[in-house]
Amino acid sequence: MSTTPSQPAHHILSVLVQNRPGVLARVAGLFARRGYNIFSLAVAPTEDPNQSRITIVVDVESSPLEQIVKQLFKLVDVVKISELDPRRSVERELLMATVRVPAEERGQVVELVNIFEGKILAVGFEAITVSLEGSPDKLDDFEELLRGYGIVELQRTGRVALPKLDKEARLRAVKGKAS
Amino acid sequence: MSQKITGAQALIRALELEGVDTIFGLPGGCILPAYDPLLDSPIRHILVRHEQGAGHMAEGYAHVTGRPGVAMVTSGPAATNMVTPLCDAYMDSIPMVCITGQVPTTAIGTDAFQECDTVGITRSVTKHNELIMTADDVPLMVRQAFHIATTGRPGPVLLDLPKDVLQNSMTWHWPSDEEVLDSLPGYRPTQKGHPRMIKEAARLILEARQPVLYVGGGVLKARAASALRELAELIDTPVVTTLMARGAFPDDHPLCLGMPGMHGNATAITAMQKSDLLINLGARFDDRITGKVSSFAPDAKIIHVDIDPAEQGKVRRPDVPIVGDCRLVIEEIIKAIKDMLASGEKQADIAPWKSRVSGWREQFPLHYSPSEPGDALKPQYCLEQLRDNAPEGTILCSGVGQHQMWSSQYWKFNEPYTWVNSGGLGTMGFSVPAAIGAKVGRPDRTVWAVDGDGCFQMTAQELVTASVERIPIKVAVLNNSYLGMVRQWQEMFYEERYSEVYLSPELPDFVKWAESMGCVGIRVESPEEVQPAIEKANSIDDRSVVVEFRVDASEKVFPMVPAGFSNDDVLLHPDHSAKREFLR
Repeated sequence: MSTTPSQPAHHILSVLVQNRPGVLARVAGLFARRGYNIFSLAVAPTEDPNQSRITIVVDVESSPLEQIVKQLFKLVDVVKISELDPRRSVERELLMATVRVPAEERGQVVELVNIFEGKILAVGFEAITVSLEGSPDKLDDFEELLRGYGIVELQRTGRVALPKLDKEARLRAVKGKAS
Repeated sequence: MSQKITGAQALIRALELEGVDTIFGLPGGCILPAYDPLLDSPIRHILVRHEQGAGHMAEGYAHVTGRPGVAMVTSGPAATNMVTPLCDAYMDSIPMVCITGQVPTTAIGTDAFQECDTVGITRSVTKHNELIMTADDVPLMVRQAFHIATTGRPGPVLLDLPKDVLQNSMTWHWPSDEEVLDSLPGYRPTQKGHPRMIKEAARLILEARQPVLYVGGGVLKARAASALRELAELIDTPVVTTLMARGAFPDDHPLCLGMPGMHGNATAITAMQKSDLLINLGARFDDRITGKVSSFAPDAKIIHVDIDPAEQGKVRRPDVPIVGDCRLVIEEIIKAIKDMLASGEKQADIAPWKSRVSGWREQFPLHYSPSEPGDALKPQYCLEQLRDNAPEGTILCSGVGQHQMWSSQYWKFNEPYTWVNSGGLGTMGFSVPAAIGAKVGRPDRTVWAVDGDGCFQMTAQELVTASVERIPIKVAVLNNSYLGMVRQWQEMFYEERYSEVYLSPELPDFVKWAESMGCVGIRVESPEEVQPAIEKANSIDDRSVVVEFRVDASEKVFPMVPAGFSNDDVLLHPDHSAKREFLR
């Protein structure tokens, strides 16, 4: 999936939740129940151990964003929802891949990793495991190029995002707690 | 001095402190510890015959009292039997707290006897649910449950209590309001409407030439019936009350048009269709109201008052969305209108609109063909007789299907909280247990349950509960030996190909069945017997009464907007079809 700066093809929802058992199931269940599609999802604790941040990417066409936000807000464990404008936020994702590559061609993959400023995590006779952290677009390009060598296994984390600091991030905090 | 008690004792004490006077339930293995301190509690427990009955009784109780109904059952199958009432309460925004037992915390996840993932199963049919993992959490969780169930948009909350949590000892502490609020940082329902939106609503109301007040269940939940009446009279505007709002505005009021929707009356449906301003108070543009959404009230601007922000724009985008409690918002709108009138503004002339509406009303009263001598008994006639012979203040409950629609159509609801039915979920079998719950909540009132023969066979065993617990209700079974509404659709839309809708005309014997459950059973087969039977039923108040009316299976509910049709294409009773051009 590629993103042009003027027309974001996805929405990023940054959902602050109480760090309680079952909260992810509630959020995921709501998406399933209302027929919304999750493109990617990342969950981790925040600076406050009582709260977690769920970063959800939904694609624009499939889902009426306003309804998603309002329905999410009705979950008692949801404390705050911010919609992050992809143009004004920093997004990062991690990719790990094992590529089948004979020793004589390994240099090409290493070169690719260096160009993208990735890392080599493990090297075997017939394969190499690499990682890359960066913007999702960059990861898309990297994945595409690796594919020519034969990807054995690939794992991406789904994106996490925070508002940009330079300009005041357009952080549309949705007002009014749902009932 | 801190006091050590068990989790079970804490649970019962917390329920007492929340003001619970009645629990509807049925004990079993994992909830056993909670039933022991219940013996020493002033809380009345009503022992049901099936857990679904406990849930619907709690709903019926909540419907008529406005207080949360409480149901308590054990784990596993008891919890799964509770899913239907929870979903029913969720769809109709009924405040309810359900306590379920669970296997001990050490056994959770091991597929233990009578274990099921209760919070997982009920997550999408409750407003909130919690698995309580330590006895110390019991009081706070109970307080949270009642707070969440009764505030904002009301709904069911479930607390799942493992057996060891009930048995373990804890230090009693009753949390303050602040502690409850602090423990729920993500839950702050909006009560007051936005002042700018309220002004904007007042302006639209004064400008409208063809306004209609579209009143939903939210008005009843907000206890806003008298505020609504003041508003309607102030702006002299016709009122429609949805299935969930029957009684929110008196049916005998000259401004009341009655029920709109799939089986609403032609005037209510058409007034909404032709209006230039729909003032939606606590309704949700349900598909049974709008018909085909794209052609629903095409020229109407929309004011939408709802305490749930997610209802705003879900189906129809409002011109003026107002999130807030219906009563507070209506009062603010009244104030805003009065201010504007005082400062010299005038309301647009709505007299031509009102006379047009009156014309429809004259042309299209509710109608059925009365039976000729020797004909089968008409169900609508039974409803009329039940209505005309009902003691003042009677509460009417119904199941789901044709009898439900006739009940809503033919009854005169002149008082709020006198109508109990399953609107959103459409739960067959709702009426008998709901009527029992309603009678427990309002023992001073006569409670009639109108049921179909299909519905009655789903939950009738709760009449045993009613007899044993001395809760006298009255049940009118409109027996047409069919799943009547399904039959109606098969007749109209499936070329009279009747598939699996014929029940037995002779089985069960409703009179014997009623008698075997400790009730008086009466069978009515002809029009002359109707009134005497109803009078007899009304005169019995020491036990429940079941009156079986053998009614005409060919009767259909009219008017009807078939699913997916525009409200413009409402099907009238055949006797009225010839004059449908009056509905312009």
